[in-house]
Amino acid sequence: MTRKILGPFNRVEGDLEVEVEITDDKVSKAWVNSPLYRGFEQIMQGKPPLDALIYTPRICGICSVAQSLASANALADAQGIQPELNGQLVSNLILACENVADHLTHFYLFFMPDFARDSYQEKSWYHAIEPRFRAQTGSAANTMLKARAEFMHITGILAGKWPHTLSIQPGGTTTSPSASDRVKLLAILMGFRQFLESNLFADSLENMSQLDTSDDLKIWARSHSQSDFSQFLLVAEDLELDTLGKIKSHFMSYGAYRFDDTFLFPPGIWTGEQNRAIETFNPSLILEDISHSWMLSQNETAHPFDGTTSPDSNQENGYTWCKAPRYDGHVIEVGAIARQTMSGHPLFKDLVLNGQSNVYNRIVARVIEIARLVPEMEKWCKQITLDEPFCKQASMPDEAQGQGLIEAARGSLGHWVRIEKGKILNYQIVAPTTWNFSPRDKNSIPGALEQALLNTPIDKNGKESVSIQHIVRSFDPCMVCTVH
Amino acid sequence: MSLLNAESPDVMTCLKSAQINLLWHPSLSEASTDEFVRLLDNILTGKVHLDALCLEGSVMMGPNGTGRFHILGGTGKPMMTWLGELAEKADYTLAIGSCAAFGGITAAGNNPTDACGLQFDGTTSGGLLGSKWQSLAGFPVINVAGCPTHPDWVTNTLMQLALGDLHHSDLDELNRPRAYTDHLVHHGCARNEYYEYKASAEELGDIGCMMEHKGCLGTQARADCNIRPWNGSGSCLKGGYPCINCTAPEFESPRLNFTETPKIAGIPVGLPTDMPKAWFVALASLSKAATPKRIRKNATAKHIISPPGKTKDTT
Repeated sequence: MTRKILGPFNRVEGDLEVEVEITDDKVSKAWVNSPLYRGFEQIMQGKPPLDALIYTPRICGICSVAQSLASANALADAQGIQPELNGQLVSNLILACENVADHLTHFYLFFMPDFARDSYQEKSWYHAIEPRFRAQTGSAANTMLKARAEFMHITGILAGKWPHTLSIQPGGTTTSPSASDRVKLLAILMGFRQFLESNLFADSLENMSQLDTSDDLKIWARSHSQSDFSQFLLVAEDLELDTLGKIKSHFMSYGAYRFDDTFLFPPGIWTGEQNRAIETFNPSLILEDISHSWMLSQNETAHPFDGTTSPDSNQENGYTWCKAPRYDGHVIEVGAIARQTMSGHPLFKDLVLNGQSNVYNRIVARVIEIARLVPEMEKWCKQITLDEPFCKQASMPDEAQGQGLIEAARGSLGHWVRIEKGKILNYQIVAPTTWNFSPRDKNSIPGALEQALLNTPIDKNGKESVSIQHIVRSFDPCMVCTVH
Repeated sequence: MSLLNAESPDVMTCLKSAQINLLWHPSLSEASTDEFVRLLDNILTGKVHLDALCLEGSVMMGPNGTGRFHILGGTGKPMMTWLGELAEKADYTLAIGSCAAFGGITAAGNNPTDACGLQFDGTTSGGLLGSKWQSLAGFPVINVAGCPTHPDWVTNTLMQLALGDLHHSDLDELNRPRAYTDHLVHHGCARNEYYEYKASAEELGDIGCMMEHKGCLGTQARADCNIRPWNGSGSCLKGGYPCINCTAPEFESPRLNFTETPKIAGIPVGLPTDMPKAWFVALASLSKAATPKRIRKNATAKHIISPPGKTKDTT
């Protein structure tokens, strides 16, 4: 039995270290450490409530809009208002643009380059993968970056810029697109659709959304082998990525792309048991445990409305700056796989009932989500009522509290704000990767990644296993949000 | 991540055109964990030459000067220590973004992590490396400040360095590239006509000038945001919200809040750059009195409701 510390991981957003215990060439225990603390929750204490809209997006350069929207929703909740429908359409377009761009960045820049490593050069598929996906030199990145940048022009029109917009407000948006903006947006979406349909899928987005079973997907991959997604599916089959990073955890979604009280992808809790229906999500069952975090008062567990953030690197049981959120006491996995399962899509019912959560399923969910979202974005553009208002004005009460629960690319993101005497008294954030990369809780139950790493083959001489890289990146972690 | 928005051409093509070999980038490189730490060791022992060290994010000095708030994963060593050592080996050191330059947003409030910039702590020269520090090529830290930075500001600075085209005189008093800080955000602002007449927006999203009421610092902020568009056609002003002067040190701590103009006796504190106060007051009252009805009407609307010139009779 030996121990090894792995880090720093790149092609993840932010700082990450993983410690593993190795027994018989396999990971027998894992500890996930977020070695950076940032202090945003402390920074916001005493600030005017609306200034949270400036501070929180700057938690992250890649989930910036998600932070904006969660903050705007928390403030709207405190004000007791619902944004204008036009504002909701524009906010959701901006969020979808960020989320789709993030999924694309993950697939092309973060995840696939690991299969172009020299260690795979004996594989039959290597000669196709290497020139296309090799980090920095692969041909796919150039094409993808061009398509991505042009797709992000949507944010230039609707959000002023990306990242770090202030266009998303509690009552809606500061931008009110014109008829001329709308045709431009539709043209940008068409250009992006063409990139997806020629490069990522070599098939129509609609066909991709209609693949209903794991077998359908495999058959599709064989007949579309020129597409980048199919390249992944063929590699995944050969490497049996569906057996890697496998956990039986509960899934959670706060519900994505909300319009008043309906969602494109609905909220819920999924327990993974064959005959149990998706359960209703209840935000009061979220508790943050800090028993293994470098935080004061390690024995206390609190709902985010009552949560505290007092960093203390001397806490004896602590091994990370990340807290351990639990839902009704359970370890939770969040992300596209959770959202797509909750949405009732038959492909994901099939994949998760048979394979639970694993590296393969996480990637498939993200890529299929792209195919499902872009046609929705086209619809939302057309649903904007140009001569109706985009933003509701309302005053901020001196005493109030509010929660903002949304789905970022990487999963469930929550903001909880308490306002007293017109200033922020407490602001707590639970980010997607805080759930996925949480440390152990007070019952010593490891977090989702800590469980997913168990039994992964690793060379006891300390030579790194590329499998660990696949597992870590399959979650598309955002560490800067995690430790906000 | 703003860097990935670079276009015409994309970031990889930009770097290639100046023959820049990216040794390592957290989002773009293959090398992870041990492979990356080996690279750092090779730089420190002189086996690999480092032309330019770029830092994104502030330097975390806390708690109590230990740097424990930011340990480089897998090394047990504080990032601030790594940065000090690597900076000594690099021809040039660049701070990418206002956090790395000045401390930025992470230094706001009570600055819980003791965050500072590489060579500035807010407006005070010093930071991690000290005010007198120079890189091997004899340059101070080059501060490509902005929150976020425009991708062009980063790629242009790196490409100019690679071509030997960046001189001391190309940096401003805060060591930011003058290529973008010789401009004010006000330059090219689509709201200029409203500014001229002090026809002011009352709510965010109104199309009038945001200087008088909505906290806009575009007439003081040093950047070319309305000349060099963001994401195709955007800017903060085009997005319907004020400039918060994010290229400047201490922008993170506004006098009042970010979207409200602090005033004394009705006159905004902080006048346009280089403008004498008496003239500003005189011109403002004059231009306000001269405001055409069209401009006054449009200033508080979300779309142009009164077009210029004679309007076509549509009845």
